Amino acid sequence: MDLVGRINGALRKVPTWPFYILCALPPFWFLFQGLSGALGVDPVKVMEHRLGELALQFLVAGLAISPMRRYLGLNLLKFRRLVGLAAFFYVCAHLLVWLVLDVQIPSQIWADILKRPYITVGMAAFALLIPLAVTSNMWSIRRMGAKWRQLHWLVYPAVLLGALHFVMLVKGFQIEPLLYMGTILVLLVLRYRPSRRRQMA
Amino acid sequence: GALGTRTFAQGTDLTPNTYEEITSYNNYYEFGTGKDDPARYADALTTSPWSVKIDGLVDNPGVFSIGDILAKMTIEERIYRFRCVEAWSMVVPWNGFEFADLLSMVGVQSSAKYVAFETALRPDEMPGVAYRVLDWPYVEGLRLDEAMHPLTILATGIYGKPIPNQNGAPLRLVVPWKYGFKSIKSIVRITLTDSEPATSWNKAGPNEYGFYSNVNPEVDHPRWSQATERAIGGGFFAKRQPTLMFNGYDEVASLYDGMDLAKNF
Repeated sequence: MDLVGRINGALRKVPTWPFYILCALPPFWFLFQGLSGALGVDPVKVMEHRLGELALQFLVAGLAISPMRRYLGLNLLKFRRLVGLAAFFYVCAHLLVWLVLDVQIPSQIWADILKRPYITVGMAAFALLIPLAVTSNMWSIRRMGAKWRQLHWLVYPAVLLGALHFVMLVKGFQIEPLLYMGTILVLLVLRYRPSRRRQMA
Repeated sequence: GALGTRTFAQGTDLTPNTYEEITSYNNYYEFGTGKDDPARYADALTTSPWSVKIDGLVDNPGVFSIGDILAKMTIEERIYRFRCVEAWSMVVPWNGFEFADLLSMVGVQSSAKYVAFETALRPDEMPGVAYRVLDWPYVEGLRLDEAMHPLTILATGIYGKPIPNQNGAPLRLVVPWKYGFKSIKSIVRITLTDSEPATSWNKAGPNEYGFYSNVNPEVDHPRWSQATERAIGGGFFAKRQPTLMFNGYDEVASLYDGMDLAKNF
């Protein structure tokens, strides 16, 4: 048996539920680290940025699952909901830290959302992810049928906006956000299948 | 040294941040864009020997060793608020001397109107300059009257210790009423000019960083509000503080009489 086949076989026996617990831990871990001084002298910003990056990393991982099956034969499909929901959880935590610990002032929060393009873009990405998170369950998939696929197509603009949010917020010319954007664009190109497009049109 | 009361304007009640806070949380992009990068990498910077080239519209241009300069200057302590353009702030007990004293040492010609500053550029010692985050070397500038103001100092120490590399050793500018990036670090060149010098962040984002960059709660950075600031060291649940005009140093207001500070941001 080849390596990929062996991995796929092993993964079939792995339950997903323990990973839900694992993926729920980082925000609490960051909070603990921040309170104990391990995040340095500006724990709010560090926590905010780590959560945002983690969200982006999980969104990228979610995009990679399909191409990995197509090009490597590696089947991680059963983890896709976990990865998506974890990403949404980190986005929520990121937003909460920004609202409650960073900006603090409700009137300024609203002004920022309207006036600051990078925040508008980030909020748009968050808004796009809400219906996806809400329908990430078997009941919705069964009930919505073909519409579920159409709705979950929103993850592509959401991920692009998330990366754009990062590109727009850094000072000066920085490489890291561009690497995320580049990776996302490559993953989107890898997913592109002209034949399926025609069927959908 | 002599501690004039003016240097403590609104500052008698200032509680300095800890040495640890001041030296572990820095923006010094020559060593990386992370706040902890300078503390991690800046010890590679050779600060001795060090010399500063002073040229342009001065009577006695030349290359001065740091020892030659310090021999003629009076070091005093200045406890200043420090407000970063990123909307965080600290209070730093600097040791240094008035920049005006250095200018009188070299003699400023009457045609001089501005001062240009340049940071060392050492690719072998500065890992961050491998990336074109900014157009290296880092350059800054002040109008001559701003440079001559008694609040403007060149710092050589913090808490009575030699200034750590990550804070701009061995010699950095401190202009407490302007955003932190104006206070250029590790200075190797000072040039008196008759025209406004180019400044690094202005070149990188002219609509975001102006030549003056005075702390001003009423003029927002295009991407974030400047009305409030997070005081470093307050921990997770610290309340934001209102940002003060000129960072609380109202005595500089007359330098800008008649100027539209929203336009000249």
